[in-house]
Amino acid sequence: MSETAPLSAEPLSTGVSTVRRGGAVRRLLRHPLGLASSAVLAAIVLGVLLAPVLSPQGPEVSSLRDAFAGPRAGHPLGFDSAGRDVLSRLLYGGRNTLSGVLLALAVALALGVPAGLVAGYRGGRFDAASSWIVNLVMALPAMVVLLASRAIVGPTVWVLMVVLGVLVSPNFFRLVRGIVVGVRGELYVDAAKVSGLSDLRIVGRHVLIVVRAPIIILMALVAGIAVGLQAGLEFLGIGSGDLPTWGAMLNEAFKNIQRAPGLLLWPGLALGLTNAALVLFAAALRDVLEDRGATVSPRRRRTPVEPPRSVAGERAELLSVRDLAVSYGSREVVRGVDLDVSAGEIVGLVGESGSGKSQTAFSILGILPEGGRVSRGSVTVRGREIVGLAEREHRALRGDVIAYVPQEPMSNLDPAFTIGSQLVEPIRVKLGLSRAEARAKALDLLRQVEIADPERVFGMYPHEISGGMAQRVLIAGAMSCDPELLIADEPTTALDVMVQAEVLGLLRRLQRSRGLGVLLVTHNLGVVADLCDRVAVMSEGRVVETGPVAQVLHEPRDPYTRRLLDAVLDDAPAREPWTPPADSPGSPGRPDPEDSQDPKDSQKPKDSQDSQEVAR
Amino acid sequence: MLSFIARRIAAGVPLLFVISFVTYTLLSIPDIDVARQLLGQGAPNDLVEAKNKALGLDRPVLVQYVDWLAHALRGDFGTSWFTSENVLVAIQNRVPVTLSLMVGVTLVTAVAAFLLGAWAGVRRGAVDRFVQMFAVAGYALPPFLVTLVLVLVLAVQLGLFPAIGYIGITESFGGWLSTVTLPVLSLSVNAVAGVAQQVRGSVIDVMRQDYVRTLRARGLPPWRIVLRHVLRNASAPALSVLGMQFVGILGSAVLVEQIFGLPGLGSMTVAYTTRGDIPVIMGLVMVTVVLVVVVNLVVDVLIGWLNPKARVA
Repeated sequence: MSETAPLSAEPLSTGVSTVRRGGAVRRLLRHPLGLASSAVLAAIVLGVLLAPVLSPQGPEVSSLRDAFAGPRAGHPLGFDSAGRDVLSRLLYGGRNTLSGVLLALAVALALGVPAGLVAGYRGGRFDAASSWIVNLVMALPAMVVLLASRAIVGPTVWVLMVVLGVLVSPNFFRLVRGIVVGVRGELYVDAAKVSGLSDLRIVGRHVLIVVRAPIIILMALVAGIAVGLQAGLEFLGIGSGDLPTWGAMLNEAFKNIQRAPGLLLWPGLALGLTNAALVLFAAALRDVLEDRGATVSPRRRRTPVEPPRSVAGERAELLSVRDLAVSYGSREVVRGVDLDVSAGEIVGLVGESGSGKSQTAFSILGILPEGGRVSRGSVTVRGREIVGLAEREHRALRGDVIAYVPQEPMSNLDPAFTIGSQLVEPIRVKLGLSRAEARAKALDLLRQVEIADPERVFGMYPHEISGGMAQRVLIAGAMSCDPELLIADEPTTALDVMVQAEVLGLLRRLQRSRGLGVLLVTHNLGVVADLCDRVAVMSEGRVVETGPVAQVLHEPRDPYTRRLLDAVLDDAPAREPWTPPADSPGSPGRPDPEDSQDPKDSQKPKDSQDSQEVAR
Repeated sequence: MLSFIARRIAAGVPLLFVISFVTYTLLSIPDIDVARQLLGQGAPNDLVEAKNKALGLDRPVLVQYVDWLAHALRGDFGTSWFTSENVLVAIQNRVPVTLSLMVGVTLVTAVAAFLLGAWAGVRRGAVDRFVQMFAVAGYALPPFLVTLVLVLVLAVQLGLFPAIGYIGITESFGGWLSTVTLPVLSLSVNAVAGVAQQVRGSVIDVMRQDYVRTLRARGLPPWRIVLRHVLRNASAPALSVLGMQFVGILGSAVLVEQIFGLPGLGSMTVAYTTRGDIPVIMGLVMVTVVLVVVVNLVVDVLIGWLNPKARVA
């Protein structure tokens, strides 16, 4: 049976810390699956506890006259091969089965939880040693070990259940250790340490609270596994012999499968129902704790896109946006955005985080995240309306008319493919070039983005290059199908200052030499002043001001723009106008192995999280 | 890559030693009088002592273990105390049966779980709910219960497959297929459920990655992004779950072989452990651990191949 819990509670660790106490039980009972599974579990436990009252007769009472007899008054489930009452055996059997499972669970908890707490909290040698032992135990098939232990200890169910407890305890160890390692780094635990609380108190007050819910979920899952394993042992007939259990009943029924297949029904049903109820209980509890009880169905209802309410001003030929609105469900996150980008022009789109800059960029590209859609307005590219365009036709524009340079270089390259193959793929798909032609073009692109050793970088994987180089590669990728419009979403935010200047310089040179129109999304007014011809200022999903850079930066009309400008430190030394990087030979873009191991890399998961936050 | 494999093998070797030592010691603790069992309760004491001496049971446990280890390292796992069979030969005769099951289950699981998981993760909505329900149900039911139901319906009631017995693949391919299909099916339900759940989760995760958005922005068709980029990145975690499931499948195989009367390692384990036949049990435990180590190695190599970053670690 599977010792691994694919529905394991591990992914839970993030959601659980926000559990609202007290309401959890009530919310579980309001969850349809939670209520049903709790009710079934309660019924099973109650029936088993009341076995002496509910049973028509003792589980061992047999009369051969009744062998295989069907149901009759007082014996609703009939009789088995030895003429014993099936209902009585079912109820008493449940007693033995469930108490065996409880014993196994108790052992697993007693071993796994404390060891996991200490290993996770203290780390070090104890952690290393216990993790090694845990891996060792997990490498053993439980059934084989149980059979081997039966050879050692003899046919005593209770000892076998203790062994089973030991075998499943790694599940608890790993869960608890994982969560504790996560919690240990939390600020509130640091704060508790600094304020002089003892380790014991910290573990009791802060750590146990976090692991409690996942442990309950895992208990339900492991109980299901244990019920199955125990019944399996009994089914093999190597358990306790004559003691009635569900497994033993299945064994007896299986022996008579040709004569009375119906005997499999009741013990099978009891076992299946118990297991299903346990697993569903775990699933419902997780839903409740993660507060996703009401599952939002992502059913896409095609709501018609409203036409723009006004199409004011002259529209630029390359890109023109009028009265654009982006909605998630009924919530508008972008409304009334007007933008124009002409060929050869760099237009800045500035605003604070969450002002809708990225959403605007994504809707022009047609790559809004799941749930988002353009709900109103008009977007024309090369004079053609693209709002409401079929996905297929919109896709045809991406890459060779509109290209995209993302914000976070490292997370925007597929880690499983070399730089070269990632560049070659769109060239081959979009332009239909042969493998060799595409390779030559890709190498040429790498040269154009001023990478010193294109051949070598071509064969490298994303984790082997630095962030600055990755951004150059992404720019090369954006250029690969010779687009006319480039949408760059904060292309330098994730880079350090030196590299920022180099990448901006590169963008400007490419833009000049190719006559590109660029929509530059940024929150950096310095970048706007350096690079842009015109600028649009966004706030709370709206464009509040548009105009030539000099006018907007020096004589802002909108109060928000004024506040934004005031937020730039006046006392700080003014930034010098941008100059191309002093021709330090080869410094830009040389593959530098040390560069790729800078601390930025270790923060990558966090960074990518942030960027998702922004994109949302 | 080669040094990576070498390191993984080196990590597996101590595992074999530790497990063999622990198992041997534990097996030697109970005071089963093997010689008396073999000779019968009424055997005279001097004969029993002579038998014990012949089996080497009069020596300290540690000496016995070192002796066993020295022989095992040379490929000699001794003979069964009760049947006088050569342990290695007995195991070799039974390995093909269990291996047929394992390979079958792995193939079925890999194909079905990836299809279901990717389908659910990409399409979401109703398809997703259906796959999730299947995964919970398949996970909740103990494999041997699934087996019993399948036997009852497909073999006993409908007579589509033989309910019991095994035909070697070398004797008749059709016969082999008919005897192996039901066991493989029964063992796969649980594994498919678990792995499909993982594939679904990681497909959803990968679909949300920045690089998938960038690939879309490059104008690549969605099916191409899913097949080439999403599945490849999503398969590494799914493979490790499949590797972990393998240990469980090996355990379930014990029951399933017993139910179908298949002469594999599982039914052998049941038959020999009840008598405390130490040489045979040791051989079986070693084979099992080697299987687990090899499978984990294969999984690690595959993950390394799929995910270049993992090769470094």
